[in-house]
Formats: sequence, C-alpha cells, structure tokens
Amino acid sequence: MLKVRVIPTLLWKDVGLVKGVSFDSWRRIGSILPAIKVYNTRQVDELIIVDIIAFREKRDPDFESVADFSSECFVPLTVGGGIRTIEDVKNLLRAGADKVSINSISYEDPELITRVARAFGSQCVVASIDAKKNKNNEYECYSHSGTKQTGIQAYLWAKEMEKRGAGEILLTSIERDGTMKGYDLDLIRSVTDAVKNIPVITSGGAGNYQHMYQALKNKASAVAAASIFHFTQQTPLEAKSFLSGKGIPVRKTRII
Amino acid sequence: MSVCIIDYGMSNLGSIKRALEECGAEAFVSGDPHDLTRCERIILPGVGSFADGMKNLIERGWVEPLKQEVLKNKIPLLGICLGMQLLARRGYEGGETQGLDLIPGEVRLLQPTSKNERIPHIGWNEIYRIKDNPLFNHIPDHDDFYFVHSYHFVPDDKENIITQTPYCGEFVSSIHLNNILGVQFHPEKSIPLGFQLLKNFLGY
Repeated sequence: MLKVRVIPTLLWKDVGLVKGVSFDSWRRIGSILPAIKVYNTRQVDELIIVDIIAFREKRDPDFESVADFSSECFVPLTVGGGIRTIEDVKNLLRAGADKVSINSISYEDPELITRVARAFGSQCVVASIDAKKNKNNEYECYSHSGTKQTGIQAYLWAKEMEKRGAGEILLTSIERDGTMKGYDLDLIRSVTDAVKNIPVITSGGAGNYQHMYQALKNKASAVAAASIFHFTQQTPLEAKSFLSGKGIPVRKTRII
Repeated sequence: MSVCIIDYGMSNLGSIKRALEECGAEAFVSGDPHDLTRCERIILPGVGSFADGMKNLIERGWVEPLKQEVLKNKIPLLGICLGMQLLARRGYEGGETQGLDLIPGEVRLLQPTSKNERIPHIGWNEIYRIKDNPLFNHIPDHDDFYFVHSYHFVPDDKENIITQTPYCGEFVSSIHLNNILGVQFHPEKSIPLGFQLLKNFLGY
C-alpha cells in the first residue's frame, strides 16, 4: 500500500533558510544544507525546497545551489521558486530535483503545466496553490508569494491544474502559514473534494501531530510543515508514529 | 571499493554518487566505457523511457564493454529503476525495443487492478521477500522504499525474483541472476534502508 507522507518544507531566501508568518515577517533561521542533512537522518518521506523571492525578483532558479542541495538529499526532493519556462524545469531536473513545484507562472501560462507534463511526465509536476479567503468568503488564489490576487477560486484552479497534467497539488493556506494553529480544513476539503485523481499535499498551519491527522482525515495525501519542525521539539519521525497509532498508513522508520 | 556509475545521459547522478560515498565506496561517474575495466562494481542508473535509454547506451558504446565486464569478468552490476528494466530482453516503452538481455524477461506497462491504483506508481511502498539474497541483508521484510515508475520487469523465470511489491497485482521490485542485480525503487532516495542495500551491493 502506498504511504501517507510527512514533508518538511524549507523556504530559501538569498542563501539562508527562512520562515515567516502568513508569507511575511521572514526570519532567517539557518542554512539549507545542514537542514537537509538533519532531515536525511530523520527519515523524512520527502523534502520541498522553495526559493521564495526568485519569481518576484524576476530571477532564474539558482541551478547551482539546487545541484549542491540535491547531491546531499537522500530522500525525494521537490524544488520550487522562479520557474517560468520548460527550460527552467529541464535544468532543475538535471540539477537533481525529482519534482518541480510551479506556482506564479501557471496563472500567466497555464499551458506550461501541460508542456512540462508531456515532456517529463506528470509525476514531476507539482502545481502549487497559495490561497486566502477574500471578502466574499471564498478561497482565492494568490501568486507572487501571496502578494498578488488572481481572482480565481482555489478549488477551481486545482481542478484546472489536474486537467492540465499536474501530478500533485501543493495547497498552502496563506493565513495559517507559520501560525501553528492547525491546517485550514475547509480549504483542504474544498480542494480534495474537487480534485479526484491526484494527491493533494496540504501546507500552512501545522502545530502538532493531531493537526496532521485532521488534514489526512480530510483526504490530504501528504502533510507539509515547516514551523513545527523548526521551532518546536516535534519531529517527522514522531509525527509518523503518532499517525501510525491512529491507523494511518505511514512508512516504517528504522534505526540503522 | 571502486564503483563506476554509468552516465548515458538518462538522469542526474549526484545523489547516487554521494550515497555510494556515504556507504564507503569510491564512486565515479563516467561517460567513457573504457572506465568499466578499472572498477570493482558497476551501477546502471536511469530515469526516462526504455527506448531512449537503449538508444543512448548503444550510441555511446556501452553495450559490449558492459557485457564483457559483467558476463566474462563477473563484475557485480546493479541496475536502478530504468537501469533494472534495461537488463531485460525487450521493452515496450517508447516502442518495442531490444534490451541488454542480461536477465531473461520483458518490461511491460503496469496494469491497475483497482480504481485507487494510478500510473505512474509514485511513493513509498513495501517490498515482500520472495527469496533470500545478500542484497537484502539486514533489511526487514515488508519495509518501504521509494518508487517512481510506470513499467515493470516481468522475468521469464520466477527464480530470478528477489522481492515483489503490492501494487497492480504485485510487480517484481528486485531481481538477480548471478552477479547481475536490479531494483525498481531508488535506494539513493530511500535513506536509511536504501543505504543498507547499497552497502550490501558493495559487499556482494
């Protein structure tokens, strides 16, 4: 049986590892490479690394740094930030990314998702959606690291991304990000009800293992988290043993 | 222990090289088939389609030198993912294509047996031991490894199967024939058991 995944997210700005609250007030909390080495030993199921300013600064992804990260990463690696073209995707995969996470450009060029899926397979295309409630009380997608309104509802965009060939949806609640108050279960439910055939990775708000359990009960296939692992003593290993105790299928962990 | 990782343009090789180094090997990535004569272990990695993989191996002159080292000089070979599939006689991904024919069998598309099974098969899944093999020493039965693939190896002889994995009606997730080994999953992305497997290969 395929297992549910627990995925730490590493946000990367300039050369540092950072974390913010609601996509703002970024704090530098370390460096990427040592964090990758720690997560190798903690047997995480996957890692997501996102360059949070490349797109806004109209910069290419930093392929050299990604190659350095990937050569030390002994779990599957998803890389996002700054992707604009199929060439960017090709270079990231060549640098050692197993999957790429595509966000802002998808609103300008949704066809890119299809082109990437055709060229490299759906399994490497993660459509990243950042959502926040608007004044009509709808979950709306925001691009450019949460700074630009798109006018598109999250569940509709998730369906569109699935239709265009994305292999997974990475769904982040902007409001819950960094708060550790729990995932936005209504947001998760709206998307997992709409997207039938591909996994939804939920992100934004995890503060304890029970939060992860709630997200999985709302049909998420994987839980991504950052603050809980950066700022508390909780670990991906413990998360999995908690989830396993609740009957969720997770990868067994081993001391070797 | 000197390990040659064959670079035939079919994948990023950074993490497999680093993983082997972590396991105590002197690993080197090579685009030159002559290097096969100066190593003690060979890794055939690979991501992509069967047809492209064979085309590249042929064009870059790997096929005969590889067979020479593996069949005549008995150098242990480990095929990973597409690298395992290419050990077969024939594959169908990207059109019917002759393989390396080092382990008798064919490579076919996975066929879902339920609505929940999607292709490609991606993620952490179990391996069920069919027979003992030193490649799986110290690796608990039914533990998980990381998979990303749509095709699977169907050996002619069941004796060649080491493990199966419960997806699409159980497919073969590792095979062997003498000094030739193949795993469908990615040991270099499956820390820590994947590293144990690589160590076992170094001691094979």
